[in-house]
Amino acid sequence: MRFSMMTVSAAALLAVATTAASAQTTLTIGTVNNSDMIRMQGLTPEFEKAHPDIKVNWVTLEENILRQRVTTDIATGGGQFDIMTIGTYEVPIWAKQEWLKPLDGLSDDYDVDDLIPAIRSALSNDDKLYAAPFYAESVLTLYRKDLFEKAGLEMPEKPTWDFIAEAAEKITDKDAGVYGICLRGKPGWGENMAFLGNMAREFGANYFDADWKPQFESDGWKKAVSLYVDLMTKYGPPGAASNGFNENLSLFGQGKCGMWMDASVAASFVTDPKQSQVPDQVGFAAAPCGTDNCPNDGFNWLWAWSLAIPNSSKNAEAAQTFISWATSKEYLDLVAEKEGWANVPPGTRTSLYENSKYTEAAPFAEATLNAIKHADPSPTDDKPYYGLQFAAIPEFQGLGTAVGQQMAAALSGSATVDQALKQSQAIATREMTRGGYIK
Amino acid sequence: MATLHTKSAARAMMAPAVIVLLIWMIVPLAMTLYFSTLNYTLYNPFSTPFIGFENYTYFLQDPTFLAALANTLILVLGVLAITVIGGILIALLLDQEFYGVNIVRLLVIAPFFVMPTVAALVWKNMMMNPVYGVIGQFLQAIGLAPIDWMTELPLLSIIIIVAWQWLPFATLILLTALQSLSEDQKEAAEMDGAGALSIFWYITLPHMSRAITVVILIQTIFLLSIYAEILVTTQGGPGSQSTNITYLVAQQATSYGDIGAASAGGIVAVILANIVAIFLVRLIGKNLDA
Amino acid sequence: MARRVTKGRKIVTTVLAWFVGLVIFFPILWTFLTSFKTELQAISIPPVFVAFDWTLENYRTIQSQSNYLHFMLNSVYLSLGSTALGLIFAIPAAWAMAFSPTKRTKDVLLWMLSTKMLPAVGVLIPIYLLFVRFGLLDSRLGLIVVLFLINLPIIVWMLYTYFKEIPGEILEAARMDGAGLAKEITQVLAPMAVPGIASTILLNVILSWNEAFWTLNLTTSNAAPLTAFIASFSSPQGNFYAKLSAASMLAIAPILIVGWFSQKQLVRGLTFGAVK
Repeated sequence: MRFSMMTVSAAALLAVATTAASAQTTLTIGTVNNSDMIRMQGLTPEFEKAHPDIKVNWVTLEENILRQRVTTDIATGGGQFDIMTIGTYEVPIWAKQEWLKPLDGLSDDYDVDDLIPAIRSALSNDDKLYAAPFYAESVLTLYRKDLFEKAGLEMPEKPTWDFIAEAAEKITDKDAGVYGICLRGKPGWGENMAFLGNMAREFGANYFDADWKPQFESDGWKKAVSLYVDLMTKYGPPGAASNGFNENLSLFGQGKCGMWMDASVAASFVTDPKQSQVPDQVGFAAAPCGTDNCPNDGFNWLWAWSLAIPNSSKNAEAAQTFISWATSKEYLDLVAEKEGWANVPPGTRTSLYENSKYTEAAPFAEATLNAIKHADPSPTDDKPYYGLQFAAIPEFQGLGTAVGQQMAAALSGSATVDQALKQSQAIATREMTRGGYIK
Repeated sequence: MATLHTKSAARAMMAPAVIVLLIWMIVPLAMTLYFSTLNYTLYNPFSTPFIGFENYTYFLQDPTFLAALANTLILVLGVLAITVIGGILIALLLDQEFYGVNIVRLLVIAPFFVMPTVAALVWKNMMMNPVYGVIGQFLQAIGLAPIDWMTELPLLSIIIIVAWQWLPFATLILLTALQSLSEDQKEAAEMDGAGALSIFWYITLPHMSRAITVVILIQTIFLLSIYAEILVTTQGGPGSQSTNITYLVAQQATSYGDIGAASAGGIVAVILANIVAIFLVRLIGKNLDA
Repeated sequence: MARRVTKGRKIVTTVLAWFVGLVIFFPILWTFLTSFKTELQAISIPPVFVAFDWTLENYRTIQSQSNYLHFMLNSVYLSLGSTALGLIFAIPAAWAMAFSPTKRTKDVLLWMLSTKMLPAVGVLIPIYLLFVRFGLLDSRLGLIVVLFLINLPIIVWMLYTYFKEIPGEILEAARMDGAGLAKEITQVLAPMAVPGIASTILLNVILSWNEAFWTLNLTTSNAAPLTAFIASFSSPQGNFYAKLSAASMLAIAPILIVGWFSQKQLVRGLTFGAVK
């Protein structure tokens, strides 16, 4: 008797629980712990207020761990995520694998045509949009106007690497804790290789030639990496081989760096008085060139953190509703209202750059838009892959990280530049042969 | 009759544990063995042709394989050396009479409760960072140049972090062993005119040998599969200076998405672990009459 | 009879022992202090020890970004669940090994331990696929089973060494009195085994609490424990030492406190038969 009572009440409880669950859709969103995403998380209640039938569940992870988690999940059809935060590297590969749902149900006022064309095409396959950009970036040279003035230097609009080397030498004052140049050193395809892949392009070199043969022992890579190691050893901060984007961001914000070439999204942080000690002294210039007529005018970096829906998601409709909100114009307005225009996620919408409130509040707006417009990642005759600072093939992730380790070894002095490049060439050749690119 | 009865009862009582462990061992192992013969990547999960031993030759020919093997050994032996020797010394110290024994014990045992990811994060950022880390600041205060631990001494850094986590474990076991040594024995030796050093060498150390064996056995099991600490700190670099076998295998799976090669690497790691296990069993057999 | 120790020697030992203790404890102490600093104080040069404006800001920030209690409760469920399951399987097995040993007992024991040497990463994909197949991803049940399995060898071994110290004669005597198996266990064995079982529980809870490979790879949110919590604070943009410290303290504090309170119990059982 008691048993049956318990069964009944348990069943009743279960019934209540399931009705409650069916009334509300829960979205699980995997994202990286970057400031803009953390801010989005903080603003989620606004979305839930507008859509009471949707509850959002955040899974925030460090970039590498997130990437590993979502890749395993999507490849095995795990279905643990309804929305994944991925970049321009994953989108073309995953869309081709048919792992992602095309975003064809975005809200009516979404205005897809407002997305900056370069970004939109980076996230599309066969003219279908597979991910919506949350923020986008290219590369910029950030420099300290006060230190340049003190050294009697003037930053040209389009600097060359020769000029950068000269300026780094003049600015460096190690006793005062000022280092002429800060660059990424932390190994990883999305860390030091993003910078170095871009720098090699500035010297006219690619990852692979038209026959998919790795190019690490080419002239351009040799010049780029030699200069990189030379500059960082002489004028860089200590411990540079473990500095990634975040570490450099703090160094620059503390006034320790004279120049820094990195993702354009950095500009909004180093000019924010809340996060930077030198907000008024930051100047912006083009990415340097290492050769005459260097490709894309030096802007060889294009990235967009974007939201996409895996095919295994069971809540695709609600997921599109969320994506429509998080990447909309209204979201930009919402951030502007709460945090000020300078802090809105940059690089995704043309209308933002036509908005005078934004361009006035964000001194870096024009430079960012210009950089993104120049960065063309399409394949060319001598570059068979999509991408600039990365190559959008599945093998690149592992290969790029292994090569990144070699670059870190060169930077830390445990290998010479030639050794590191030779080793990189060997690693890359091995992987490309295994991948069936090199016959 | 009675013994027969107890024997079958004993077998029945062991069966559940043995069976679940057998399943836990055999199912993934069989799957891994099977995957290791396929050309199986995450990016092409629907076409997985059989390729025989190709994954094995690929994994074993990895230019970093030998380095990873050496690093694994250095890592295990380094941590064992630090924890066993350090553990003995600290145990000898804690075995003395002093003020605040209980509090010092709490301080010494604390790292054992810290999860590996937290330990690695704390050491990497707050202790070993060359600019803001406490160690760097200390070195500068006494007029030395700060060390960039993660790039200049990557493997040593990881050894230090892992040894810090395991030192309490070793210390506690060795201390318990030490405390079970009867005072009479030591006193008798002292009467015979033996010095402190020879008492330690001829009485204390042999008495602790069993405990040392246990420390080595248990720690080796955990040390062979060090992963989180490397992932959080050096990610195996610079180059491959701090890559161990476990990390190398993980790279194949997580970074390359190459399940075939990762499975082959997993099998290689199992074989290596078994070789180590044979050594350990010999050691145990001698020292630990079960 | 303890030997007499001179006062001078005791003071020297005290200083030395405290020095060693504080050096070993320092990283945790420093993390604790840093968690109450502002981000700028956390990286100030030279470092400040206690003379800063103590603030709870970091803890507030962290709570606003993720629901600490949810992760902590998951850690509790997972470690207690896997431990309970472990005891159910391990107690009979260890009992049998200790009291009816055969020639192969030692081999079985060492074989069990050797299953712990399988590198987890090598079998991640097979396990993941099985979890997908059986719908166990991000479920507490699935993780409890995995944690139970990876720790079972350790539990069996600990219990075995502990049971073995219970003199067999007592059991013989009980059997002579005609006590059945159930009685033998509940009335004779259990009271003597309680301390051993207690320390086994402690060790297993600690190991499960700190397990960071499977818990991270097989959960997303529903079943995610503190290891996943800390993973979301490992490298945010900008200065993050103070926030990282606060998150670290939150992740380790529960188990550290439990461990400290029960350390005598834990230590007694932690010998794995190393001390006779």
